[in-house]
Amino acid sequence: MQTLYEKPKAMFDTPTHFCPGCGHGIVLRLIAEIIDSWNIRGKTIGLAPVGCSVLAYNYLDIDMCEAAHGRPPAVATGIKRVHPDHFVFAYQGDGDLAAIGTAEIIHAANRGENITFIFVNNAIYGMTNGQMAPTTLLGQKTVTTPSGRDAVNCGYPIRICELLAVLDGSSYLERVSISSPENIRRTKKAIEKGFKTQKEKKGFSLIEILSPCPIYWRMDANESMKYIDEEMTRTFPLGVVKDWEQKKSG
Amino acid sequence: MKQLLMGNEAAAEAAIQAGCRYYYGYPITPQNELINYMAVRMPQVGGTFIQAESEIAAISMVHGSAAAGGRTMTSSSSPGISLKQEGISYLAGSELPCVIVNIQRGGPGLGDISASQADYFQAVKGGGHGDYRIIVLAPSSVQEMADLVYDAFDLADKYRNPVMILGDAQVGQLMEPIEFRRKPKETFSPKDWALTGAMGRKRNIVKSFYPVKGQLEEFNAHLQKKYRKIEDHEVRYEAINTHGADVILVAYGTSARICKEVVRKSQQMEFRVGLIRPITLWPFPKQFIRTISGRATCILTVEMSAGQMVEDVRLAVEGRCAVHFYGRTGGGVPTSLEIMKKIAEIVPDNLVAKVHGVLQLVEAK
Ligand SMILES: Cc1ncc(C[n+]2csc(CCOP(=O)(O)OP(=O)(O)O)c2C)c(N)n1
Repeated sequence: MQTLYEKPKAMFDTPTHFCPGCGHGIVLRLIAEIIDSWNIRGKTIGLAPVGCSVLAYNYLDIDMCEAAHGRPPAVATGIKRVHPDHFVFAYQGDGDLAAIGTAEIIHAANRGENITFIFVNNAIYGMTNGQMAPTTLLGQKTVTTPSGRDAVNCGYPIRICELLAVLDGSSYLERVSISSPENIRRTKKAIEKGFKTQKEKKGFSLIEILSPCPIYWRMDANESMKYIDEEMTRTFPLGVVKDWEQKKSG
Repeated sequence: MKQLLMGNEAAAEAAIQAGCRYYYGYPITPQNELINYMAVRMPQVGGTFIQAESEIAAISMVHGSAAAGGRTMTSSSSPGISLKQEGISYLAGSELPCVIVNIQRGGPGLGDISASQADYFQAVKGGGHGDYRIIVLAPSSVQEMADLVYDAFDLADKYRNPVMILGDAQVGQLMEPIEFRRKPKETFSPKDWALTGAMGRKRNIVKSFYPVKGQLEEFNAHLQKKYRKIEDHEVRYEAINTHGADVILVAYGTSARICKEVVRKSQQMEFRVGLIRPITLWPFPKQFIRTISGRATCILTVEMSAGQMVEDVRLAVEGRCAVHFYGRTGGGVPTSLEIMKKIAEIVPDNLVAKVHGVLQLVEAK
């Protein structure tokens, strides 16, 4: 009998704390698959800040560090300087990366830190029960924007990939989603490209992943995937935003 | 060989001699000579120097390098140290060794850039959130700055705990001839907990998060046990003429230098003033102060603050003798004359004549 699908070795066989339909589990699994197939468990160090990603070290069987809310780019910088030949990645939510940690991500990108950032954009603060994130869509209802996000009051959704693209230090920026098996495959390729960017010492890479938060979006899992395709991608178009292997940013 | 160095530079060079290879900083007066020195020296020794985008980023980089097993340091001055408190709490909670230099300036707020000792509470009582302690060392000369920075790295590793050098603008900017008396550090004890990639071993996690009920309390009990051990083994202080003294001064850092002058001048007039100079502010030399207080008429604590360390002195003394306070705030530095005047106010009547003799001597210069 041929095995088509099995648990990655770099992942513990344990139930996750994520809500039903949440995207975090899928993304963590992709990372574990890459660690397996590249055989780099021995030279990979991951970072989990606060947010729903905080317990990532319960699922990934690799060396991992915690970081304070928003600080993974700085903590990762400190790790990478000690182990320049290791793979260092940070796994951040949108509140973490695009609100409290905006300074840190911009400066890590600007320094061209040879680190891969996995940026899980679910357009909301999941861990703290569904408040507005910097990435919350205009009109999107959250517990702190009960009548929908209004630009006059709350500003506009921040497009991190486009924001970082203008910095000379950023090398690879791509926005993907996990709304379908095909998109999940693309996401995996994008994360691999992020690791390749590190391996070849080409500098800063960030993969922004549009990911569902059914509980705080107040939708079921299927509606959430549809919401990503039909609503989120209008504000956050998928695709490569910057690539060191292509001459010009696309 | 002696060399003439500023306190800030001595701290930087001592860190390098102690094997620190990862330095992260953000400019702020009066500690700029330290970051400037590191920018030159770190590349020469194959180390890392990053001018971070903020104090928060700098301490977070320290967090990363410490977790990865490197000897690492940051430095700043009061407003910057306030920003670093988030990281310091995380470092303490993750039991990570590092050295933080605070060259204090006047506050609160932006304050000014002159010397102050008003960050004592923040340094020795925790500073950030949670039940934690950091080891706090207070140099009062450039030589001691170098020696204590060197020791700080070993203490940090020994206890897996952040160590703070609590200086002030005077000690940081002072120039004195000093000698690097220790051998440059080359061998370090292994850190089997550090993040190095899980090659052929179980993975390591560096964290401070204990969400399962009861776990955090257990972890805190472990921390407290470690802190008691530090209190039992690492107390350092200097005691001058404390036996049979009429008045005992307690002061650290720059104010202790001024108190030493008071001790000298008093000796000339056969008035007995003693000095206790805590070198570790945490752990505090409370046992020694307690013992002395049983024999002393009174204690005078001298600080460049509105009265912070004096609370720890009172706790140690537990009413065994009177504890008085003299302090200047907001960049003011106490003078020996001011201290003598204060002594005149607090001594028993039979000593007033003697104190006036010393006062005349101090005024005469
Ligand atoms: C300094 C600080 N502020 C606030 C919090 C509370 N907090 C925990 S997670 C979180 C938001 C996380 O949102 P996001 O990064 O989008 O991740 P998600 O949970 O949605 O995956 C907040 C505000 C904290 N832990 N630390």
